[in-house]
Amino acid sequence: MEMIWQGILAALRLLLTGDPEVIDITLLTLKISGTGTFISLLIGIPFGTLLALKTFPGRRFVLSIVNTGMGLPPVVVGLWVSIFLWRSGPFGFLNIMYTPTAIIIAQAIIASPIVAALTCAALQQTSPKLRLQIQALGATRFQYLWLLLKEVRYSLLAAIIAGFGAIVSEIGASMAVGGNIQGQTRVLTTATVLEVSKGNFDIAIALSIILCLLAYGATLGLTLLQQKQQGGP
Amino acid sequence: MLEAKEISWNQDHKTILQCVHFHLLPGECVGLIGPNGSGKSSLLKILAFLETPTSGQLYFQGQAVPKSVPLSIRRKIAIVFQESLLLNTGVFDNVAMGLKIRGLSKGRIREKVDFWLEQFGVSHLAKQSARSLSGGEAQRVSLARAFAIEPDVLFLDEPFSALDAPTKEGLRIDLAKVFKSTQTTTVLVSHDFKDIAQLTSRALILLNGQVLAEGPPAELLKKSHKEEVDRFLAHFST
Repeated sequence: MEMIWQGILAALRLLLTGDPEVIDITLLTLKISGTGTFISLLIGIPFGTLLALKTFPGRRFVLSIVNTGMGLPPVVVGLWVSIFLWRSGPFGFLNIMYTPTAIIIAQAIIASPIVAALTCAALQQTSPKLRLQIQALGATRFQYLWLLLKEVRYSLLAAIIAGFGAIVSEIGASMAVGGNIQGQTRVLTTATVLEVSKGNFDIAIALSIILCLLAYGATLGLTLLQQKQQGGP
Repeated sequence: MLEAKEISWNQDHKTILQCVHFHLLPGECVGLIGPNGSGKSSLLKILAFLETPTSGQLYFQGQAVPKSVPLSIRRKIAIVFQESLLLNTGVFDNVAMGLKIRGLSKGRIREKVDFWLEQFGVSHLAKQSARSLSGGEAQRVSLARAFAIEPDVLFLDEPFSALDAPTKEGLRIDLAKVFKSTQTTTVLVSHDFKDIAQLTSRALILLNGQVLAEGPPAELLKKSHKEEVDRFLAHFST
């Protein structure tokens, strides 16, 4: 018990004094997971929209794959991205293995099915009559899609929250493709595991507190935005 | 203004409309009446270019309408459905929607939205969320949205059927006033003869996907028609 208290006190000291390494790791985590989430939106929203509004052969099969992708194990993604980015792999010539870019790619792959599946579900829940009404207002194809996506904006915010939450907390992919290199690819999750393995529980607790605060802070911000727009209490 | 020749429509191997002829003159308000499943809403969707007929031809302002209806024609019409179908935003933005889609300036949009909210007696709701409206208020906003784009042809698909009797009566009176002042060319679908009698100058009675009678509403009640038409009209003769 004493070890835990000492760990928490040391963690608070590290947080309050602004340890440079901890700050660097936190900023890198934010940069990587933020970029990964952004890329997943660019992929997931159009793909989810296509699945929701277009009928084509094999659509249900594709949708089932996307839904399965929501539970894609990060370590499996890490393995496959590693295979592709490995020096002898198909994209080895890019030389991005063990760089933040590799982690961003892996995290975008993890979050994209989440964003796509939630976008698809949100659009499918809109009334077909409402879609007809938007068409009847004289909307172009682009205006039609824009108005529909605006109509489900609260669900899209939920998709962003879910996507960011999934990748900021994953470790398998970051470890596999990032390698946990100090000052280069060390993020909060991989750093926490490293400090635990070294027995540095104070630093590990400090990192875990920051990770939780980061996840909570981002989610809180998006939730407040979502509730404010929806007119919730 | 709008003409339909020999319109037939099949869906899921079922005939919904059979060889329907229809014409609409500028400034005219025509009613389509019939029991549930008679095909009146289907005909309205075809006339409003929301469905493509299996056979037959539509003419809009004298020109044959191609199967892929150009945006320039689609933007000349407006539709109000049974449900108000407002978007999840404010009342002002809902009424402004069709105008924004058409790229009008902010000043023109404000002017038109204010005018039409006033016409339907809902100016005081302009800043409210569309989700907070009652059924009657929402339908007034929906009508204001349709009139705001000043359509060449307005389609009303049972706009009062989801409302209670006093709300319906109030809205019908206000709509009649707007029709009188704007002379908007309109197609009104209803299963209530009172709506048709109060708002239209000519009505078509649809039964089983066919037009079986046509004429001014008051005369339709007086004349004798086919047995099934008389049976349908008997509900309203008192």
